[in-house]
Amino acid sequence: MDLTFDEAEEAFRAECRAWIEENRPDPALPSGDTREGFGLHRVWERSLFDARWAVVSWPREYGGREASLWEWLIFEEEYYRAGAPQRVTQNGIFLLAPTLFAFGTKSQQDRYLPAMASAEETWCQGWSEPDAGSDLAAIRSRAVRDETEGGWRLTGQKTWTTRGAFCDRLFGLFRSDPEAARHRGLTYFLVDLRADGVTVRPVERLDGDEGFAEVFLEDVFVPDDDVLGEVHKGWEVAMATTGSERGLTLRSPGRFMATASRLVDLRRAAGDSVDPAAEDAVVRAYIDAEAYRWQTFWTVTRLAEGERIGAESSLVKLFWSELDVRMHETASELLGSSSELIDGPSADWMKGLQFALAGPIYAGTNEIQRNVVAERLLGLPRK
Amino acid sequence: MHFAFTEEQIELRNAVRDLLAKECPPEVVRRAWSGGAGRTDRAWNAMAEMGVLGVVAPEAIGGIGGDEVDLVGVLEETGRAALPEPIVETAAVAVPLLAEAGDDRAAALSEGGACASAIAPTDDLAVWADTADLLVLFDDTGVHAVATSDAELERRHSVDGARRLHRVVARLGDSTRVGGPDAAALAFDRGALGVAAQLLGLGAQLLDTTVDYAKQREQFGAPIGSFQAVKHHLANVRLALEFAAPLVYRAAWSIASRDGERSVHVSMAKAHASDAAVLASRSALQCHGAIGYTTEHDLHLWMKRAWALGAAWGSAPGTAAASRARSCDDRRPGAEIMSEAAPYCTERTRRGRAWPERPGPKGQERES
Repeated sequence: MDLTFDEAEEAFRAECRAWIEENRPDPALPSGDTREGFGLHRVWERSLFDARWAVVSWPREYGGREASLWEWLIFEEEYYRAGAPQRVTQNGIFLLAPTLFAFGTKSQQDRYLPAMASAEETWCQGWSEPDAGSDLAAIRSRAVRDETEGGWRLTGQKTWTTRGAFCDRLFGLFRSDPEAARHRGLTYFLVDLRADGVTVRPVERLDGDEGFAEVFLEDVFVPDDDVLGEVHKGWEVAMATTGSERGLTLRSPGRFMATASRLVDLRRAAGDSVDPAAEDAVVRAYIDAEAYRWQTFWTVTRLAEGERIGAESSLVKLFWSELDVRMHETASELLGSSSELIDGPSADWMKGLQFALAGPIYAGTNEIQRNVVAERLLGLPRK
Repeated sequence: MHFAFTEEQIELRNAVRDLLAKECPPEVVRRAWSGGAGRTDRAWNAMAEMGVLGVVAPEAIGGIGGDEVDLVGVLEETGRAALPEPIVETAAVAVPLLAEAGDDRAAALSEGGACASAIAPTDDLAVWADTADLLVLFDDTGVHAVATSDAELERRHSVDGARRLHRVVARLGDSTRVGGPDAAALAFDRGALGVAAQLLGLGAQLLDTTVDYAKQREQFGAPIGSFQAVKHHLANVRLALEFAAPLVYRAAWSIASRDGERSVHVSMAKAHASDAAVLASRSALQCHGAIGYTTEHDLHLWMKRAWALGAAWGSAPGTAAASRARSCDDRRPGAEIMSEAAPYCTERTRRGRAWPERPGPKGQERES
């Protein structure tokens, strides 16, 4: 056991820190979940990419630095510590990219990865449908073979598509074999949202931003080149990387540590008038963020030694999503009646609370995650 | 960064687990409840023979020469078995304390020829003091090792019937002192870490037992473990243990490497381990239902130990407060945390029954 970073890692940290400090937008950008803010975030992403900070762990040929998992974690800690902008490319670089690396053809990788990393092309996720939320395998949107054109025709509706109103492309699952059982007969497609037959309707989110969208597809043509993995194997393709190292599985602790630090600052600013229960909640949040950091380091050591992690990723998702909510609720307690303000200095906390409340819902609700823990880690019976 | 145990460390832990499965099954813990000393004899001797009591003792006095990272997994296993023995007080606290003080009583303790009890600076009572050879006691001048024969003991009764508790009256002074405030702080951290490790083991055992029960017990024509409400109770326990364990292992490393923030790390570990084990107890009882609400079932042996240890060596709220107090950590990225709040912090160090503000455990007298 050695819980120190080596010299090279410390040097990497110093390099990250210096670049981010020098280049981070000040004042902060408007929310990336608005049309104006999204454009500004794209510009920021481009500057990250040009300096090779956008996707540090990727191969050099796609704009990365081939950084180790440890260096990636260090980058994330420094990024959030500095209060740098949210990553509007995250659905691409964290959710789609691991799948592209695992299942994509070389030509798909060449075509999509650099453009994704530089934010030249932005991606949204097309999983949820009106009748397929937690029960993802209930997907109905269909793909019909078009032999003459050499591709597929997609029809159906995707919903709760984050930043769908601003993104260029969508990755998602469609039912290519209507006769097959629920989890079979699905295919993973890469869809151009500018294509004929696509209609995107923005939906205002809880926090008032236009961050959601409904995506309607009517006989939208997708060439064979934009099928990811094998036809009818979309479920396996999508699930194989849900345990992906750099995806939701290993959501870096940097963001939560930064929030815990800001919460400590908030408590400090509140002076002597703080309710002891709220104060204790601040301390617990700080300890929880530490616990999250060290559990991540424990996991990364295993991954670095070639182990795979599976259903444990559900524990991780439960922990960070509920910690994030607790921290923001504690901030509301400290702020008292000013917690309702969505202007002025405390506004970020209310914005953050509303954002945090999505955590226990997306990427598999926490009820589903608890079932996964019980069934797959503890071995309790499904039915 | 390499956050994992070595193969040797894992082997040692597994060997202890196997040994305790044989020498300390629930019947033995039960016998300790009804027997005179509240202890095991055989399990203790077997641990001594294996060399486990001397893991952190220097090789020069016949120990293994290891450190807290070597010991933490062993202590976790003693928690899993609910071992009714003063192993934390002896192997984790007294052995290194006395060895570092050059006190030759360390050798006998590390070989199992003698054993120690202690009163944590946060606590009032010493467990198994009546069968211990010496007592580790704290006051504002440091830490003392007092022969039990020189102390007066008054028996108190724990909810955990194996834990023979005693109020201690002893004279402390220059002749009993084995270390100053720094040594005392280190001894306290070692004890709190040891108990945190035991709590992890207790929690894991409570979870395993309850998972087994939930798979077998049928109601409404189905195993109760197939019901979502039961699943979620047990998932919550798994979650709490998953995130407590790394804090405990990290605290072990911080002690072993004399990290400057060692005490904060120990407090964080103890706070999480206490909460996780107490949650495990509560959930285990709820999922067992009425069968768990009887002393005929073994469940209570672990539950009551978890309650006792959760409150000993700094309870969860106390340790959380201590972490706040000591989180003046400006080395970590992102952590100007609390540094400006240092005055506010330090005065509340180990708040509650705090150390070192408090003159000494109740019942101790200072030599005048």
